[in-house]
Order: sequence, then structure tokens, then C-alpha cells
Amino acid sequence: MLSIITEKTKKILISPKFRNLIFVLFIIFLSVGLFEALILSPQDYLQSDSVRIMYVHVPSAWISLGIFSMIAFLSLGVIIFKNKNFVLISKSLAPSGFIFNLIALVTGSIWGKPTWGTWWAWDPRITSMLVLFLFYFLYLLSWKLFEKNKAVKISSYISIIGVINVPIIKYSVDWWATLHQPSSINVLSESTIHSSMLVPLFLMTAAFALFSVLIFLMKYNVELIKVKNKGLNRI
Amino acid sequence: MNLDLFIMNGYGLYVWSAFAFTLFNFLVLYKVTSRQLVKEKAKFARKYESLNSDKVILAYKQSTNRTFVRTVADKI
Repeated sequence: MLSIITEKTKKILISPKFRNLIFVLFIIFLSVGLFEALILSPQDYLQSDSVRIMYVHVPSAWISLGIFSMIAFLSLGVIIFKNKNFVLISKSLAPSGFIFNLIALVTGSIWGKPTWGTWWAWDPRITSMLVLFLFYFLYLLSWKLFEKNKAVKISSYISIIGVINVPIIKYSVDWWATLHQPSSINVLSESTIHSSMLVPLFLMTAAFALFSVLIFLMKYNVELIKVKNKGLNRI
Repeated sequence: MNLDLFIMNGYGLYVWSAFAFTLFNFLVLYKVTSRQLVKEKAKFARKYESLNSDKVILAYKQSTNRTFVRTVADKI
């Protein structure tokens, strides 16, 4: 049963039609999202137009956290079930997570200058995001430095250790006194952000999520073709 | 021309540089991954082409190989 599901999922993941559909959806969501974020959405009464940086900073941070959590979850599966497909999926997710983490750090720094008067502060939220960036870096580096079997183990352990940092990032604004503002969007309680800003934020989040899916699909194909190339040598 | 969109009450440089940095990274990541995919597909096509007919039948039995053969058909 599991093998049938895996085969069907694999078929979707390597389908060029599915990849093209994701690309088209990404372009649509990005175009509408950019128009909403840069033109239609209002200024903030305190931060004025600098609040627009939120539309690239927040989705990037969310997605980088989500991807790292997924990698850690799959890595646990790799260690317990020795599932090779989990290895390919987690390895293919890492590049986009890394780039989204970088975008979150840099755009946060750009936002920090007009808001706090500094490009960088060793604040709990910012520092814990930097730690996540280092874990992403170590994860990707392990694939470059070690041979395959060793890299599978080392990268899995890096992600599992690194995921401890995810709740620290999430709750850093509640646990410590920090420059960073607390969460404006809450799943369990009412959000403190107006709908005129929520719409572009969700459109940009959807666009960024679609982009990460697109990169994942392309990278998954790269990794799978590498495996198949080795397989052709053995026939 | 409405310059307000670019100036953004004095925050234009910060806002536009944040958006430009994001889109630049998207473009670079897309290009790099796309180039890797083209390279691996070409390698697959070369290897598949070099197989003898018996081995081609054997390789074609795998559904993943069939999908990749279809996507690189123009190169074989």
C-alpha cells in the first residue's frame, strides 16, 4: 500500500505538467501580491510605508521555519524507517528553505534600520533566526563534504538537533524582552492586523509557498535523475 | 509620473531594496536549479542513448525512467 502511494506521489512530483501548473500559479499570485503589497495596501500609522517590507519578510520567515520543520520530520523518518524517498525529499527542500531564511534575515535587517535605527541587534528573535540559518548551512554543507551514506546520517542529525530552535524562534518574542514586535497573526486568538494588510500578506505567502514548491519539484527531479543515471550504469 | 510610489514617504530605498533583494534571490535560485535540471537531463539522455536494445527494454520497464525518457525525448 505504502509503495503504491509512494509511486503515485513520485509520478506527480516528476510530472512536467504539474511543475508548469505550479509555475503559472506562482506568477499569478506573485503579480497580484506585488500589486496589493506595493500599491493597494495602506501605510501603517506608525511605520508609514516601511511596513510594506513585512510582505516579503514575514512570508520568508514563515516558509523557512516550515521547511526546516518538514526536513527534521522527514529526517526522523529517514533514521527510523530508512526511507530513501524521504532523503530525496528533505535534500530537495533545503535550498529553498535556506534562501527564504537568508531573505528573512536581510529584509529584517533592512526593515530594522528605519524602525529601530540599526541594521542589526543581538535580539533573541533575530539571533535565533541566525542560528537557524547556520543549521541550514551545516545541513547543505554536510551533503557537500561527506559521501552519501555518511551525509544521510549527519544531515538528518543536524536537522533533528536544529529543530529544537524552531519553538525558540516562535516564542522568543514572548519569553524575552526583545526589540522585535510580538506576533500580529495568531491561529488560536484574534489577529491584531487589519484585513487590508492581511490580504496582501496572504497573497505573498501563497506566492512564496508556490515558489518553494516549484524549486522543490525541480530539485527533486535533479536528485532523482542523478539516482536514475547511476541505475543506468548498473543495467 | 507619480514619484510617490518610488519615494514612499522617504522609505522607498528600504522598501524597494527589500523587494529587489527577494526577487533577485528567487531569480538566482530558479536559474541555478533550472541549469542543474537541464544538465542532469542531458546526462540521462546521453546514457540512455548509449544503451543497447536489450538494456533499453529493461530500463524502459521502470515508470520513472519512462517519464524521464519522455521529457528528454528531443535529446535522444
